[in-house]
Amino acid sequence: MPECPVCGATVTLGDDTVEGELIPCAECGSELEVTGVNPFVLAEAPKEEEDWGE
Amino acid sequence: MNVGFLHSLIRPEEKLLIKEFESRPGVELAMIDDRKLAFNLGQDKFDYDVVIERSINHSRALHALRLFECAGVKCVNTSKVATICGDKILTSIALEENKVPQPEVRIAFTEDSTVKAMEEMGYPVVLKPAVGSWGRLLSKVNDRDAAETILEHKVTLGSYHHSIFYAQKYIDKKGRDIRSFVVGDECIAAIYRNSEHWITNTAQGGKATNCPLTDELKDLSVRAARAVGGGVVAIDVFETEHGLQVNEVNYTMEFRNSIATTGVNIPALIVDYVLKAAKN
Repeated sequence: MPECPVCGATVTLGDDTVEGELIPCAECGSELEVTGVNPFVLAEAPKEEEDWGE
Repeated sequence: MNVGFLHSLIRPEEKLLIKEFESRPGVELAMIDDRKLAFNLGQDKFDYDVVIERSINHSRALHALRLFECAGVKCVNTSKVATICGDKILTSIALEENKVPQPEVRIAFTEDSTVKAMEEMGYPVVLKPAVGSWGRLLSKVNDRDAAETILEHKVTLGSYHHSIFYAQKYIDKKGRDIRSFVVGDECIAAIYRNSEHWITNTAQGGKATNCPLTDELKDLSVRAARAVGGGVVAIDVFETEHGLQVNEVNYTMEFRNSIATTGVNIPALIVDYVLKAAKN
């Protein structure tokens, strides 16, 4: 399982995890993006932009 | 059937929709990350029967939809719906032109004319950016001093589109408003968004509870959806002493807190609609 790029904790991901998925780190609470699934790769999620929303 | 799934980040809503599409026989789902897209205007050939838009950025969603449409691809929602819903001024105009009740709204372009308009409305007034979501940058203006200060800050610190001023009469929501969900011609579910704060968005901590679908709510919701061009939209509704009024219409609706709350399988109904739209 991959490590959180912020705090280094191991992040558990399910088999149905998809690329681009937002995942919170259970340890430090950082919002992460799954940037690769084979193998799993995590990066800090992009910062919220002004036109984000519904 | 080939379904294009336009997205950037995958939130719980996108995950639920992906699972629902993948459960349908004969559906090939192609993920389209807007961060990797580059259109070749006039030359693009896409093999999608339909594209469903789930981008988190309004500006990317809007333009990608229009570009897909230009290439002959059917989209849910349409770029027209995205254009109107992505701009509160255009939304209010569409509601007005279709006689859908909404709170009093004034639009002005300078600090002085906006203060004058707000004084005429009577405080409190809510200043909103024309483009924006999740309850961000909303200002409840209680008096002239606050109005002048906020407007000066917007003009000085904001980009140019923060100097188009959308002022909405403040509605005392008494701790809640309504979020209804419309798919096609049907209002499928609704929730109350409960909060002690005057901003009730669930993104700002509002708590969802089920809201019964009355004839008035269903009728208003479908009329609001049609006013902006139809499709799959979520309507924010105020309960006022003058009856229900439409606050906003959202075209990339979030529903993670509303499935268990309402007991309605919202992603399944959205997928039904998208696949039907592709066949038509």
